[in-house]
Amino acid sequence: MRALVAMSGGVDSSVAAALMLEAGHDVVGVTLKQWEGPDGSLPEAGCCTVGDAEDARRVAAQLDVPYYVLDYVEEFKSAVVDRFGEMYRAGLTPNPCIECNRRVRFKAMLDRVEQLDCDVLVTGHHARVTQDATGFHLRKGFDGSKDQSYVLHMLGQDALSRVVLPVGEMTKADVRVHAERLGLRTASKPDSQDLCFVGTGDYRDFLREHFPDSAHPGTMRDLDSDTVTTHAGTADFTVGQRKGLGVAVGEPRYVVDIEPATSTVVIGRKERLLATGCRVEEVSFVADRPPDDMNVDVKIRYRSPAVPARLERDGDDWVVTFGKPHSSVAPGQAAVFYRGDEVLGGGTITASIRE
Amino acid sequence: MRYLDHAATTFIRPESRAAMEPFLSERFGNASGIHSAARSVKNAMEEARERAAELLGARRPLEIVFTGGGTEADNLAVAGSALAGDRPRGVITTAVEHEAVLEAGAFVAKLGGSCTIVGVDSTGMVRAEDLLAETDSETAVVSVMAANNEVGTIQPVREIAELMRAEFPEVAVHTDAVQAFVSEDITVQSTGADLISLAAHKFGGPQGVGLLYVRTGHKLEPTIHGGGQEMGRRSGTHNVAGIVGMVAAMEASVADRDAFRKRVGEARDGFEAELSRVVPGLVVNGNTAQRLVQHSHVRFPGISAETLLIRLDQAGICAAAGSACQSGAIDISHVLEAMGFDDVAAGECVRFSFGWVDEASDGAAAAHEVAAVLNAMERVA
Repeated sequence: MRALVAMSGGVDSSVAAALMLEAGHDVVGVTLKQWEGPDGSLPEAGCCTVGDAEDARRVAAQLDVPYYVLDYVEEFKSAVVDRFGEMYRAGLTPNPCIECNRRVRFKAMLDRVEQLDCDVLVTGHHARVTQDATGFHLRKGFDGSKDQSYVLHMLGQDALSRVVLPVGEMTKADVRVHAERLGLRTASKPDSQDLCFVGTGDYRDFLREHFPDSAHPGTMRDLDSDTVTTHAGTADFTVGQRKGLGVAVGEPRYVVDIEPATSTVVIGRKERLLATGCRVEEVSFVADRPPDDMNVDVKIRYRSPAVPARLERDGDDWVVTFGKPHSSVAPGQAAVFYRGDEVLGGGTITASIRE
Repeated sequence: MRYLDHAATTFIRPESRAAMEPFLSERFGNASGIHSAARSVKNAMEEARERAAELLGARRPLEIVFTGGGTEADNLAVAGSALAGDRPRGVITTAVEHEAVLEAGAFVAKLGGSCTIVGVDSTGMVRAEDLLAETDSETAVVSVMAANNEVGTIQPVREIAELMRAEFPEVAVHTDAVQAFVSEDITVQSTGADLISLAAHKFGGPQGVGLLYVRTGHKLEPTIHGGGQEMGRRSGTHNVAGIVGMVAAMEASVADRDAFRKRVGEARDGFEAELSRVVPGLVVNGNTAQRLVQHSHVRFPGISAETLLIRLDQAGICAAAGSACQSGAIDISHVLEAMGFDDVAAGECVRFSFGWVDEASDGAAAAHEVAAVLNAMERVA
């Protein structure tokens, strides 16, 4: 088998490449050039920087496998970055990593696996793909604290039949041990937390620079006092946000709602955040069809635990009703459906439902 | 490995390697010193300068300035000429020049001079009169490459130089002959130029060394500052091994040139004939009536050059497209853009280039190997 390994320059994908090689497969390493500065250079901070591509290239050289940089700048810009700006403009909180997986990594790139004479696409994600008589299953990574299945929920049967996630079976600590054993230069490299196109800066500065019309100054209305203040732009806020509101009313305030039409940020006490459910669009299921049992667990943010919920179809959209009220549902984020450690599917939250 | 990227860099000729060897071991001195070790390398370097001057038809050895490569030679010629007077002046050049010339021109403009870029036709040719039309009393230098490094189109440098000499005798004419020297007759007489850039590694010498021919009397502002070597025109300790190796490669190239044109030209023609036979719609780019014999720049309609290059590499075939940026991703070529290619067409073009090691029969053999890769790709497409 010949594996196309997406190497970001981090330790996970480095080890993924090494594991494929150790398992006796042919490996071709690639880094996606997704974003560039005005002079065509790679970004200097965040994920997929100049330094990261160099790390990936060096690891590939050490493993003695061919390595290429593939240009996905155009696809990435239209599918991920422009959408990122549009969503903020619409008062939403996007998850660009999911859009990248949906439209670039596991779409444009997966489509080229065969063209590049490879059989499977390999990434360093902490998630697992299993197969049984009913088809392919996507499961949480073995290392619960590093699980990335949330950002892969859009993968269906066709994609999963051509995707291999070798480090999903390992803890992060094991990944590092493995990298050290192989003497990979990325063994002790810290995890990147930054968005690749924003770098180490603040996403708000990025928005102001690239999408100046995404910053709608307006009023901030407090549901629990009669205070009305102003804010510099709706894009600075996310539902559930407590810090940086610029108000002092003697008790914590949270962003409850963002109304792009009037550029209003609605804030209130913590209990105002509680939602009984949410509406979800662009829903896909790993099995390519909805589950028989609509009682699932749902995760509404990358870093929030899955909670019991019930799914219900409503036209093209789906309605998720939480078992008990859940806070900080941010439209734009993904709602991902689980059963135990298995990902059933997911979509993009369009609105929270409050009684 | 089937190496079809000689335009990027080529094998070092044995004459060059042999000439360098002593300077990588016992003859190690700094050419600027006063002792015997220095004298030994200084003599070798000045002998090399004399031979280089002869090979280029220069009147004096000191018309040869040794540099750290073709890019440096281009920068010195373009920026050095425009910045030599009491104020920055103008550069006129073409849209298909190497970045070394275009960026040096942009640098001049940034310092208060100007850089005017003249367009080319769909084969990459510039017209002498178009350059003349842009020239005025503020122009310091007109820079036109002898032949394009991507598509291989040969420019009418002699005609341009003669026209300039007649109309604007004070304007210097520079030609970047980096890509052309290995196969074209490049001398002061054949080009009529006041400034000629060469890079050793394109004709069988080592990387990191080049030269600039500078006609006596032409003033240059140095672009690299330091200890004043090369009559103040290019500071920095001399790369004596590289200089000696370059000039040995120049001699070997000039001696081999007629045979090269025949042998490599046949290889290239055989390659294109075979490839055209098996690839429907194959387009040969550049000026086919006037192009370097070693270049084959072709468009494969409907096939991504990025994908094709990777598939070729996996089959052990080395070729190129556009110019590689720092990351290694392929950027759309400014040369093809200037020739009127849109992004799609430009993204389907690959450069195959042959070199001094190739025999006439290598062309058809290479075409068969490329065709096999294309066939394998079509099975999945």
